[in-house]
Amino acid sequence: MTTIHAKGISRRGWLRWAAILAAAAGLPGRVWAAMARPEAAFGATALDEAMAALGDTPQVHEGIQFTTPDIAENGAVVPVRVEVDSEALPNVSKVSVLVEMNPNPLAASFDIPPGTEVFIETRVKVAQTCTLYAVAEADGQLYMQSRETKVTLGGCGG
Amino acid sequence: MAGRIKIRAQKKGVVTEVKALMRHPMETGMRKDQAGEPIPAHFITQVSVLHGEQPVMQGHWGAAVSANPFLGVRFAGGEPGDTVRVVWTDNQGGTGEGETTIR
Repeated sequence: MTTIHAKGISRRGWLRWAAILAAAAGLPGRVWAAMARPEAAFGATALDEAMAALGDTPQVHEGIQFTTPDIAENGAVVPVRVEVDSEALPNVSKVSVLVEMNPNPLAASFDIPPGTEVFIETRVKVAQTCTLYAVAEADGQLYMQSRETKVTLGGCGG
Repeated sequence: MAGRIKIRAQKKGVVTEVKALMRHPMETGMRKDQAGEPIPAHFITQVSVLHGEQPVMQGHWGAAVSANPFLGVRFAGGEPGDTVRVVWTDNQGGTGEGETTIR
């Protein structure tokens, strides 16, 4: 009798845990279901490796406007802006920002659904003076624009 | 750990401009503390901007995004009074969320 009772409790407890876990997993899952993180590209430790993981070698495209400071006093906080002229380069679905000399060159990648302006502003760490790349994916093709930023103080200090 | 987000959404002509400032250490995992012990990596891996329930931008971040990250995006549509949310998840399972209405 007692064993049955104990079994009932443990099963109920297990079900409750399962429900909590399912709720916790389901909440972000709903938002993130459509997107897959480009793990290989984030794990790459060299620029060409990261570019290869994103896709083909990108072509330079004037429709991408990539704004970074010429000189960054603090490499830990370098503002970058990627803007794409939708008439010059339509159907951009993804924008990535790469920093050539960082331990992992890919800093950030953004999925852009139709209807959203291709306009991304953020701040990244830049380990040392090097070239920054903005890569845009449109209709399966990769396009890029690059800018050199001089860093007078390292970005590795966080 | 749930982080708060400072967020502002403003209608500018046909587009809505969203600016968000998150509080997060964004540790790369490559730094060491004063005792020489490595500081574990702790950074936002996913960030999403939603207009109502509709995602307008979904981002994947690496540790190279600056501490206390700033994010600015623009999307077409959106009316004053609409809800805009920014949600993030980090590599240690932490989440953060901020909500505002379009001005």
